[in-house]
Amino acid sequence: MSPRHSSTGYWIGFALIVAALAVAPLVLPEFWRRFVTEILIWGLLAMSSDILIGYTGMVSFGHSAFFGLGMYGAAAALLSVSPPNLWLAILLGLVGAGLVAVFVAFFSTRLRDIYFAITTLVFSQIFYVIIFTWTDVTGGENGLTFRAPTLWIPGVIDAPFTRETLHWFVLAVVTASYLLLRRITQSPFGMVLQSIRENEPRTRAIGYHVEHYKIVAVMLSGLFAGLAGVLYAVQNRFAAPDFVFFLISGEVVIFNVMGGMGTLVGPVVGAGFFFLLREGFSRFWTEYYLIPVGVIFTLMVIFLPQGILGFARRRLNS
Amino acid sequence: MIPFELILIQIINGIVSGMILALVASGLTLIFGIMDVVNFAHGDLFMLGAYMGVITLAATGNFWVALAASCLAVAALGAVIQMTALRPLLGRDPLTTILATFGISLVIQNAALWYFGPVARKINEPFTGQFPLFHLQYPWYRIAIAVLSAAIIGALYLFLKYGTYGIWIRATTQDRVMASAMGIPVPWVHTAVFAIGAAMAAASGVLFGPLVGVSHAMGLDVILRAFIVVVVGGMGNLGGSILAAIFVSMLEAFAAIWVSPAQAVIFSFMALILTLLFRPTGLFVPTPK
Amino acid sequence: MLSVKNVHTYYGKSHILHGVSIEVARGEVVGLLGRNGVGKSTTLKTIMGLVRPAEGEIRFEDTSITGAPPHQLARIGIAWVPEDRRIFKLLTVLENLRTGLDRRGVTEQRREELLEKVYRSFPVLRERRNQAGGTLSGGEQQMLAIARAMMLEPKIILLDEPTEGLMPRMVGQIREIIDVLHREGVAILLVEQNVPLTLGASSRVYIMEKGMVRHHAPASELRDNDAVIHQYLGV
Repeated sequence: MSPRHSSTGYWIGFALIVAALAVAPLVLPEFWRRFVTEILIWGLLAMSSDILIGYTGMVSFGHSAFFGLGMYGAAAALLSVSPPNLWLAILLGLVGAGLVAVFVAFFSTRLRDIYFAITTLVFSQIFYVIIFTWTDVTGGENGLTFRAPTLWIPGVIDAPFTRETLHWFVLAVVTASYLLLRRITQSPFGMVLQSIRENEPRTRAIGYHVEHYKIVAVMLSGLFAGLAGVLYAVQNRFAAPDFVFFLISGEVVIFNVMGGMGTLVGPVVGAGFFFLLREGFSRFWTEYYLIPVGVIFTLMVIFLPQGILGFARRRLNS
Repeated sequence: MIPFELILIQIINGIVSGMILALVASGLTLIFGIMDVVNFAHGDLFMLGAYMGVITLAATGNFWVALAASCLAVAALGAVIQMTALRPLLGRDPLTTILATFGISLVIQNAALWYFGPVARKINEPFTGQFPLFHLQYPWYRIAIAVLSAAIIGALYLFLKYGTYGIWIRATTQDRVMASAMGIPVPWVHTAVFAIGAAMAAASGVLFGPLVGVSHAMGLDVILRAFIVVVVGGMGNLGGSILAAIFVSMLEAFAAIWVSPAQAVIFSFMALILTLLFRPTGLFVPTPK
Repeated sequence: MLSVKNVHTYYGKSHILHGVSIEVARGEVVGLLGRNGVGKSTTLKTIMGLVRPAEGEIRFEDTSITGAPPHQLARIGIAWVPEDRRIFKLLTVLENLRTGLDRRGVTEQRREELLEKVYRSFPVLRERRNQAGGTLSGGEQQMLAIARAMMLEPKIILLDEPTEGLMPRMVGQIREIIDVLHREGVAILLVEQNVPLTLGASSRVYIMEKGMVRHHAPASELRDNDAVIHQYLGV
């Protein structure tokens, strides 16, 4: 256990940041408010990816599949039931992502490293092709548009989302997810995951059933990624195959690396950093922001692999 | 009942695209075999090769000069990439190389988009002319591609089998520490192999160019299939990737009889998944270790 | 000619070599004895640049070579024959030899000479020259490993446990090879667990224990004095 005073410091910092994020829609112009909400959603996606890449040491290019299926699952719920129901959307989104996660989890136990990475990439593309070509069901290239559900918490509220309430809902979900994931990664389970990352053969030799841990890690990762997809669908009211394309997974990995793997908050910071860079470069260089961002990313992989928050990894995990 | 002619035509189509894919995949598997690098940017080197072909063809009017110039230019770029970005990563977790090459891939793709614009370019075949194949007029050029690709791969094989540098490359691939202890300059062998792989990707790009439009994203489909081929063929296994390339391409060609080409790629994916489930070291590797 | 001074080597956090110092003069055969795991192989690997020492210096012919890459050392005259031989299994015998033979500055004629010489010393290699290295027996692979090192025309060979895993009658052959190399003026740093072979072939012997050199004497002295050998090697 860390000394009490640094732990208190952590929680104070955490509370301040959440408070700042909560206040955002009240003080920021709409463009930046939306910017922050999107960072939270992509941050959640990146957090889910961090479970695999940062904690278990498994690089996955499959998160676009989880994300996309969460999105389409939510879309299915919002299109099939009238009035559109928020919780049904979340449920179907999680189910969709969960099904994909089962497949990926199966392969995670049989493949190591590079083969796993390539297979997850292929998974993303399988779903991409299916969604892209199955126009009748998925809307094909154009995707699906739908209405947002109402914010319905029984006994508390039943009203359409406003910009503020949507932002707060997203913030609440992401914060709760973070706290839950943090609890999990700091539990004995999380320790075993990290042990697998450090030295898989030794972890196995000690007696841990590495396969079981990997399966759970993938399921966890997939479900939270799916949740991010649901949030995206609710926020933007559309689903498109572009989000299932493996390049999205690549971007998520960029958030992980730039922000700091194995820190949970790092990826959120990484997402923020990426989007800020994109905004900044877009001023001069509209569509080609990926050139400087790609260069920065590559340089970071080589020279700063621990990412922006890497130096704080120990402290954030104690 | 599917007409026999259709099957035969698809076999030939499969072989043609298979040879191009084999050319790309050989470079990829060679690079992996010797330095454990999964070169995500390989498809983009293919793309750059095609663009260099476009430019040089426009400047000189000669397809073959364009082919040669493109190979040299991309080989040089490959060498630079290896020396600056990949050498520092030697000895680190192999997954960092996949990330680094992914980053490089993004940069190259978007740089190409920026420099050449979104409109696809065209490379003209060096010669037109067709011969009657059943009910079709089949272009000679397609046959030429297959023959040329085979020739280049054959040349690579001969180079590796005979000659001092071939021995250096094979020794380094098998045991880079011992190779170094025998006086072989391993860092330079790595750079050279990366450059060779890049050149082969570029050659594929130029050869394939006339068949499709040259655009900044043309490498994506290629890298995807190349990964599949390299895994199905056995990573680091040159002969295996060639067989796998033809196998996968023919699979897709046949599938295209029933489904759309966009969907046919799922069959390749399935081949990959089945291989990983049952023969993870590669379908064409003699005995799994 | 070769001087190792106060070398400390780590594998990760493990401190393997604690200040090892060794000298080999031109043309000398020097033995390095010790039980399993005392750091003998690590010493050779450190000299050969396969592992970078944390402290200490290695000099060859008056130039510092500490941390130089192996391929450079091979070119200036240091050859390494590792404990597990490390034959290029998928290369033929001839190709294995060529990894050392195909060097800059060696004429075609000289290469033929070197090859002939090695074939005469190891006729079995001539027989099997087009066979894959992996198909050779253990003893033949050891011959090949030494022959391959000789292709570099080295000034010193770092020979790591050449008799390990070989049948007893081959030990005599190894001794002969060492004698021949010695006659040609090649220095040898011989790491071994076979005490009689080492004492017979070397002029001086170092004995290591737990990553340090504990004893150093002319071989003749050790031949007459069993006690030291017993103490460090329990033989």
